[in-house]
Amino acid sequence: MNFKKKLMTGIASLSLILVISGCSQDNTEAEPSSGNQYTLAISGSTSVGPLAEKLAEKFEGKNAEVNIEVNQIGSSAGITNSLSGVSEIGMSSRDLKEEEKQEGLAETIIAYDGIVVVTHPTNKVQDLTLDQVKQIFTGEVTNWKELGGDDMEIVVVSREDGSGSRDAFQEIVGYSSGELIRSSIVASGNGNIKTTVAMNKHAVGFISFEYIDDTISTVKINGVQATAENVLQQKYLLSRPFLFVNKPENLTESGQKFIDYILSPEGQEIVSEAGAIRVK
Amino acid sequence: MPNHSNEELVSQIESSNKRKYFLEKLSEKVFLFCSLLSVISLLLIIGFVFYKGTHPFFAEGYSFIEFIFGLDWVPSEDKFGILPMIVASIFATIGALIIGVPIGLFTAIFLAEIAPKSIARIISPAVQLLAGIPSVLYGVFGLAIIVPFLQNHLGLAKGQSLIAVILVLAIMMLPTIVTVAETSIRAVPKTYREGSLALGASPIGTIFKVVVPAAKSGIMAAIVLGLGRAIGETMAVILVAGNSLVLPTSLTDSIRPLTTNIALEMGYAFGTHQEMLFATGIVLFSFILILNLVLAKIGSKGGK
Repeated sequence: MNFKKKLMTGIASLSLILVISGCSQDNTEAEPSSGNQYTLAISGSTSVGPLAEKLAEKFEGKNAEVNIEVNQIGSSAGITNSLSGVSEIGMSSRDLKEEEKQEGLAETIIAYDGIVVVTHPTNKVQDLTLDQVKQIFTGEVTNWKELGGDDMEIVVVSREDGSGSRDAFQEIVGYSSGELIRSSIVASGNGNIKTTVAMNKHAVGFISFEYIDDTISTVKINGVQATAENVLQQKYLLSRPFLFVNKPENLTESGQKFIDYILSPEGQEIVSEAGAIRVK
Repeated sequence: MPNHSNEELVSQIESSNKRKYFLEKLSEKVFLFCSLLSVISLLLIIGFVFYKGTHPFFAEGYSFIEFIFGLDWVPSEDKFGILPMIVASIFATIGALIIGVPIGLFTAIFLAEIAPKSIARIISPAVQLLAGIPSVLYGVFGLAIIVPFLQNHLGLAKGQSLIAVILVLAIMMLPTIVTVAETSIRAVPKTYREGSLALGASPIGTIFKVVVPAAKSGIMAAIVLGLGRAIGETMAVILVAGNSLVLPTSLTDSIRPLTTNIALEMGYAFGTHQEMLFATGIVLFSFILILNLVLAKIGSKGGK
């Protein structure tokens, strides 16, 4: 009898757990759509992500019927997601590759971004030519002394293969993934690079303009300071477009509305507040 | 009407028996289903990883030998070689063993044989708590303490290195080794100790000459389990390894073990690159499989 009771309670609690877990799943699924909210799924570049989050927040404030979900998973993954329909819009911080264009992706430039070469704040090297940057990242120059700094080893910090920032940086500076110095530290994400460089006086890395703060020191390229104005006047060389990509047939009304909002004067104001460079 | 009540009784018993049998059958099915779940998950995971990971070798003409022994990993240029990562994984694990095993073993001996109850009562829960700390916190600890220490006090250009990984892994494998080894030492019959002491051996001599050899298979199992933990660890390692693609030649090189290669690039990978990461997973899986076979062998020996 006792055993049966135990068994019964066991089975009962098991089914209860199943029911509850089933319910809670239903709930989370139902929540976003309650009140007829539409969930706009956006995924992609970790460089575009913070900007998209800010834009989404403001946009949601004005359009209560849309709920925007921004997933920062990297440019390539975002593009793949928009192609497969997992996300309505993909974010990319690099130009589309030929094969990606052929699959019928539409792109919208929502902002421009500068990439800045960063070093530890104590580093004396403040100015590099594009060629010197290439020499550093390909391992031709391995000591800061050769660039006018202290006599210490250079520690190169790079993003991982597949990152949009890395692709864009390599394309502009002019070296390939195979030429990158092998001993370079590979860190995932802009924030991670910033912390690594901020912690190591030997280090040099590259990050988006949005992530600049006083824990790291920025380097001029060919004597030009890394600022938004210099990017717009095309004096600063390390810049790239921020793209929203989508398959035209997947774009809903809400998605179009969000893109229009970003390109509106108000949206572009947010873009420049966020540290990116406005298109218009 | 005794007849009637008798029939009633019989039918009552019968119905209660029916319920009993039904419950019995039902619970058997529920248990069977639960136990099958883990087998099904295992098969699904193996199937999926192998399906994805073997695809480039069968369908796309990549050479498996070049994959295992290749020195270059440049996915954007179609070069997939994981030898530096295999070597990095092995070095990091062996290094962690060299530091972690003696410390873990001595801790286990201390807890089981030497420590007064009051002290064991503090150390035991502490070790067990160490096992419960999420691995990413070990990584954060390594990044915030070990890496800067190596940079500032040992004068390394970069603290993200093989030695940093080894230190973090050694700490992480401690609880596994201590718990399993302690249990096996405690399981050694008291008569062994008494016999040894009665023959005039010192307590320490008894521990190393009698107790530890008697608990050998359990201690070996502890080491293999710790090994498994070290080789599969990802989140803690990714933060302190530096993830460089070099064949490690010194303790100060930054390394990229198999696990971090998968975790680092999976988010960005697609197509062949992604399949090659699954293939990396197969290699990692083979390591774990070999460890498990060794463990099973030790277990069967211990039983004899």
